[in-house]
Amino acid sequence: MVVGMTLETFLQQLINGLSIGSLYALIAIGYTMVYGILRLINFAHGDIFMMAAYFTYFGIAVFFLPWYVTFFITIVLTILLGVGIERFAYRPLRDAPKTSLLISAIGVSFLLENLATYLFSGKPQAFPNFPLMTNPINFGSLTVQPVSILIPIVTFFIMIGLLFLINHTKVGMAMRAVSVDYDTAKLMGIKINGVISSTFAIGSGLAAVGAILWCMKYPSVLPLMGVVIGLKCFIAAVIGGIGNVKGAVLGGLILGFSEVLMVAFFPALTGYRDAVAFIILIIILLFLPNGLLGKKQVEKV
Amino acid sequence: MSLLKTENVVMQFGGVVAVNDLNIDIKKGELAALIGPNGAGKTTAFNVITGVYAPTKGKVLFSPVDSVGVTNEIDITARKPNKITNLGIARTFQNIRLFKELTVMENVLVATHQNVDFNFLSATLRLPKAIRGELKAKQDCELLLDRMGLIDLKDEKASSLPYGQQRHLEIARALATDPQLLLLDEPAAGMNPQETDELTDLILKLKTDFGLTIFMIEHHMDLVMEISDHIYVLDFGCTIAKGTPDQIQNDPKVIEAYLGVDADVED
Amino acid sequence: MENIQHRFGAYIKIHWKTIVFLGVVLITIGLLDQFVDSYIRRLLNLCAIYTIISLGMNLVNGFTGQFSLGQAGFMAVGAYTVAIFTVPIEARATIFYLAPMTPLLANIQLPFIVALLLGGLVSAGFAFLIGGPCLRLRGDYLAIATLGFSEIIRIVFTNTQTITNGALGIKSIPTITSLWWTYGIAIIIIVLMILLINSSYGRAFKSIREDEIAAEAMGVGLFKTKMTSFMIGAFFTGIGGGLFAALLGTVDPKQFYFTLTYNFLLIIVLGGLGSISGTVIASFVVTLGQEWLRFLDEPMAFGLDLPIFRPGLRMVVFSALLMVVVLFYRKGLMGTNELTWDFIGKKIKVIKSKFNRKKSASQGGDNK
Ligand SMILES: Nc1ncnc2c1ncn2[C@@H]1O[C@H](COP(=O)(O)OP(=O)(O)OP(=O)(O)O)[C@@H](O)[C@H]1O
Ligand SMILES: [Mg+2]
Repeated sequence: MVVGMTLETFLQQLINGLSIGSLYALIAIGYTMVYGILRLINFAHGDIFMMAAYFTYFGIAVFFLPWYVTFFITIVLTILLGVGIERFAYRPLRDAPKTSLLISAIGVSFLLENLATYLFSGKPQAFPNFPLMTNPINFGSLTVQPVSILIPIVTFFIMIGLLFLINHTKVGMAMRAVSVDYDTAKLMGIKINGVISSTFAIGSGLAAVGAILWCMKYPSVLPLMGVVIGLKCFIAAVIGGIGNVKGAVLGGLILGFSEVLMVAFFPALTGYRDAVAFIILIIILLFLPNGLLGKKQVEKV
Repeated sequence: MSLLKTENVVMQFGGVVAVNDLNIDIKKGELAALIGPNGAGKTTAFNVITGVYAPTKGKVLFSPVDSVGVTNEIDITARKPNKITNLGIARTFQNIRLFKELTVMENVLVATHQNVDFNFLSATLRLPKAIRGELKAKQDCELLLDRMGLIDLKDEKASSLPYGQQRHLEIARALATDPQLLLLDEPAAGMNPQETDELTDLILKLKTDFGLTIFMIEHHMDLVMEISDHIYVLDFGCTIAKGTPDQIQNDPKVIEAYLGVDADVED
Repeated sequence: MENIQHRFGAYIKIHWKTIVFLGVVLITIGLLDQFVDSYIRRLLNLCAIYTIISLGMNLVNGFTGQFSLGQAGFMAVGAYTVAIFTVPIEARATIFYLAPMTPLLANIQLPFIVALLLGGLVSAGFAFLIGGPCLRLRGDYLAIATLGFSEIIRIVFTNTQTITNGALGIKSIPTITSLWWTYGIAIIIIVLMILLINSSYGRAFKSIREDEIAAEAMGVGLFKTKMTSFMIGAFFTGIGGGLFAALLGTVDPKQFYFTLTYNFLLIIVLGGLGSISGTVIASFVVTLGQEWLRFLDEPMAFGLDLPIFRPGLRMVVFSALLMVVVLFYRKGLMGTNELTWDFIGKKIKVIKSKFNRKKSASQGGDNK
């Protein structure tokens, strides 16, 4: 079924997969960190990403702010949003049955989607291009958008920074302690609330960066844009092994490559592009329920 | 004749060796006890026997009498917990795990579900077979609750019971699975002396009346020394002593392990 | 008064009041069926259908404690099965005008009730396929996997042109108008649910919800039991979906967007996770309430041009309601209780005594 693909187009697809995979990775990190600590699928994470995209849109296209101001404001607002959600929708339920917490997360997600539809209308809003980022440049016979190269680079540095933070700082150590054993960590005097807030702050901050990069690559926003992306990124986190930051990046990349390559090799299946993630999920759950890098979880009895 | 044997069982969690080279041999009809300081690995040993954890190394062997009276040794290592219960090992939990929102009666009835011989359709449509099965289960459970002194509470929510009775209900629920071996994880924890005495009587009654083999973790030394036939002592996962109550009481290693570690011994 | 013993009721006592109540309900349905206009009729039908689907969801989420979000997908399966097998053969050529229906199905037409049952069964079959990998794991991947399933089903139905007519959907499905179809089936399913929940299987479901580890230690096979519940839930939902298709007369993939599932989630949370009567009440409250709240989407509500009233507000209110319930009334209307005569009697007593205390308190002048 390979339809006369040249080496160039193949390379181009690879770069494409790398950049979309990196975007997935940025968002997947947020899922994996929150899950690691609260054992909660933060359903609202995809919608936090969506809100960040709208913040960017408003900064650039409505208020005509300089890009660096917009990016700064976007990141700050998104972090506030994420931390606020934890504070008001999750924290009151921390001792409630887990189902309640999950329902609350779904509720927040649904509320954000509906609020965005109500406030910003359900129609897609287009952006002005970032010419510097989207005007293709040529490497020999290869044409690439600079943003496609920028995205993996940014992701790479963020991952390095994050791993440093987790492995070599006090906050990171506390995060690891809480994710290994919540109750003991609490007994040891770790300030659980602070750790959880920092986790949400980091996750949301990364979602904001992801949203900004996303907007450069695909300059359009939509209230429901976070839904499918969110689901896919959670799946990416599961593929890599939930709770594991490197795993989230790995899972994001695998997902990005699989999608792009499937569409490239089997154009007839283009309509099923969004189904790829779920098929991989089912396969992973069947054969590697702890993901590629995850550890087996044992519940204490 | 042995009912339960563990052979060189090791259970490791990451770097922690919770149980190290455990060899237990419980004879049919006896009452054995497992003692040791906090964190010695006692509950972990139970969890390995009941299939909650798959041991890192070693084997668990169980020799139940089947329905036609034949005894067969079965390797139950790492089998699913419900399969192990089906074979005849029942347990209680250290930190009570009742079905809180269900009534006392329902809690006990759940334990009879493993024996249903009708499918969900006959149950829903109340076909005669299902009605017969359900009525039989109900009668058996009423009898059991009566013997356990819980019959007057049968329609109360489990969570509304006082603590001591919750422990009794846990034992009743375990008995309802019709076990050959009963594992009790600190049944007297949190009980006052009078409640402990009542419990002692109950356990002895279970042994004689029901012909049960019992394996019990307990911190109340009077209770343990009074009713056990055999005692195993764990410390940091290792078996530091085994024997009769007399032997254990005079074992210097045991005294050392307990000294200053666990206040329960002195009282 | 005496309880009437019934053959079915070897261990469920049927109170005489229940029989009177059922009689009143049946007569009411009969009267409504005679007299209401088509708008109200449609709304009432929708209430019954939502009751069926929510019961299916509550069986899994509320009674068995497994968090499934696949309602929209299972509904779609039921709805499409009914659509495909009941559309008149003559009409198929005009409906499938882009690509003709596959010859395998083109000439098969089934009676409505058969197609409806088939829809339920196919839906249960899908539950079996998804449940395999997901129900074995302790954890909450089921939520994502079922949500994913309901999205994939939509994607598949959009792409299988010769079976489902793709994005165009299937029109001209013979419709049901009588209330008896939906209410008849809803009543049957309510009764089946009550019987199931009060059987050994029902207790096994609840034991898993309460404590998986203890349930397993009592000999309850987790996977098999969860699977049973999941498949029965999907069966009910498929039936509900089939009725939905027959009520609307048309199906297309967009109707089954996964946010539809959130309707049922709100219903079961509001009614009480693990309460049949709560689910029934909440199905009516939410379905009718949503209709009533439509004014929120009208720019000229109250005759004034208030800028806050515009399309989308209704859904905001609706999703905020879900948040309020889960944050402040976590148990919903009923918790895990049922609206039995005993329960009502107790409640009345409580209210009476509160009222009396208030009265005596205010008489004592201590008005706090
Ligand atoms: N699932 C688990 N994961 C990691 N470590 C565990 C797990 N279960 C038990 N442990 C560890 O194994 C050791 C033994 O624990 P265990 O609960 O078996 O002790 P115990 O003898 O029952 O103590 P106690 O008298 O306090 O009940 C402890 O250090 C405990 O922290
Ligand atoms: Mg213990």
